Amino acid sequence: MPIDAIANVVIGGLLTGLVYGLMALGLSVIYGVVRIVNFAHGEIMTLAMYAAVMAFALAGIDPLWMLLPVALGFFGLGYGLQRGLINPFIDRPEHSQFILLLALALVLVNLMLVVFGPDARNVQVDYALDSYLIGPLLIDKVRVICAVVALLACALLFAIFRYTAFGKAIRACADNLLGAQVVGLNVRHLYALTFGLGTACVGVAGCLLTLLVDVTPVSGPAYTLLAFVIVIIGGLGSMVGALAGGVLIGVSEAVAGLLITPSAKSMISFALLILVLAFRPQGLFSAR
Amino acid sequence: MSAGRNLVEVFTKAPARSRTALLVLLAALLVLPLALDRYLLSVMILILYFAYVGQAWNIMMGFCGQLSIGHALFVGLGAYTAAALFQHFGVVPWIGMLAAVAVCVAMASVIGWLAFRFGIGGTYFALLTIAFAEFTRIGFDHFGWVGGSGGFFLRVVQQDRFDLLNLRGNPLMFYYLALGLAAFGFVVSAWLLRGRPGFYFRAIRDNEEAARAAGVDVFRYKMLAVQVSGGLTALAGVFFAFYYNNLFPEQIFGIGRSIEIILAPIIGGIGTLFGPILGAAVLTLASEGINEALSASGYEIPGVKQILYGLALGLAIMFMPHGIWPVIARRLGFGRGSDGDA
Repeated sequence: MPIDAIANVVIGGLLTGLVYGLMALGLSVIYGVVRIVNFAHGEIMTLAMYAAVMAFALAGIDPLWMLLPVALGFFGLGYGLQRGLINPFIDRPEHSQFILLLALALVLVNLMLVVFGPDARNVQVDYALDSYLIGPLLIDKVRVICAVVALLACALLFAIFRYTAFGKAIRACADNLLGAQVVGLNVRHLYALTFGLGTACVGVAGCLLTLLVDVTPVSGPAYTLLAFVIVIIGGLGSMVGALAGGVLIGVSEAVAGLLITPSAKSMISFALLILVLAFRPQGLFSAR
Repeated sequence: MSAGRNLVEVFTKAPARSRTALLVLLAALLVLPLALDRYLLSVMILILYFAYVGQAWNIMMGFCGQLSIGHALFVGLGAYTAAALFQHFGVVPWIGMLAAVAVCVAMASVIGWLAFRFGIGGTYFALLTIAFAEFTRIGFDHFGWVGGSGGFFLRVVQQDRFDLLNLRGNPLMFYYLALGLAAFGFVVSAWLLRGRPGFYFRAIRDNEEAARAAGVDVFRYKMLAVQVSGGLTALAGVFFAFYYNNLFPEQIFGIGRSIEIILAPIIGGIGTLFGPILGAAVLTLASEGINEALSASGYEIPGVKQILYGLALGLAIMFMPHGIWPVIARRLGFGRGSDGDA
């Protein structure tokens, strides 16, 4: 197999992997602070994908223009979910939380099935087939756009956590919950804000993914699993890890699709997950 | 510990009221098929099947606190092992069953060893079980010897022939097999709970560090819980294979199947003996009832049933976090309804 064909596939996987990374970042941020494993993560992303696809189908709006409205809307959605539904479950056992989010996922998937029907939908932007030719490499324009936007979104999230007062407050909650309560932080509000930020991440990732793949109502659970695989490989709760894990999975999926068979590509991801859990359960990119 | 005496004590030491109720229930289930048509019989088989797998899962999660969301792995491996031996080599299912249990106990040992060696628990353990189930599902999609993603079909003989040796027969035979399985699951669960392993399991579930400090071999008993649970679940897989006669990786290993397995014990009452059985009855009847109601009302849109299911699940976990059985058990005077009840 020619080396440039492999290089093309690797670069494509890397660019897609950055979008995966943004999706997983949402899950990781929520877990890192609220200590809730969001089992409805992929389903929420599918909702964002439908928002972008429907906006395109009904009004011809480019998914890139939907990024900001979806991010804001999903921030609100995440805030409301945490405040109204999940907060009473914070101190419940893990299996209770799991069932609650599972119920949410079940309702979301099937609501979308009833409203949008079972058919796969996609977005046909006029630059979908454009590509850049760099030497022997042929790189899709949409993938580059998606990767750049995903990186910007991640950078924005890092900046919020690093430099704003409220980012500092959230990190305080994650580091020492009791201490945060003692100094008078409104933990419930901060948890809800964090859940909102995580949900906004996955909303943006969903809009971007519509440029790369088709969406069906039942694709949610697979994305939930994918996000889990990525954050475990990167290190649950680690922001850099989520991004690096996304790239690793994106590349390994692309290479596996090329070398073995596309239908077996997620087998590689799960094999990686098993290896990481067995030998480095804190994640590949975690400092601990 | 004398296993035999313990097994007897499961019944003799149980409160008289529970004992009577249990015997009445068993007798009722034995004669029930006389009053059922073919459809209701199939519903009862489904209830008993889910009661059995729920009990098998409950040993691991309810008793020992190890959450598996990949239990369909054991159903699938058990089903494929017995089915492939039967189809390719003509091995009777009663022998194939032993092979199925062996395969699943070995798989459970691998998962348990990988996880417990490093003290992986909680969410991480749950994700590990999902990963194994999904990995195996995709593997079987490409495993040509058992049909791959195109499915694996068992020879079907005429349904009125009654061949217990080869598990080929009519629904009535499968009803009594399922009843036997469910009763077997109940006895094993009660026996485990009453004996030393049950106390160790619960000590680990409630506080692993304290259990270790008290001298419980935590690794060994967690392994035991996973192995017993996996081995028992294999039998459910064998039943599934010979009852339905067809196996598709997507339908038997899928994460939806794993979730289906754990709903009954959670809704019924996690960690209790009777919870998985009650939960299986409630959920299966509710699901069939919703089907009937939807088809009668003409709103048979795909997805509506699952929405109602999801809502019911969410409401149940919000307002009855310990399940239905503890509430009922208290009303009926069966004690606390958890742990030691029979």
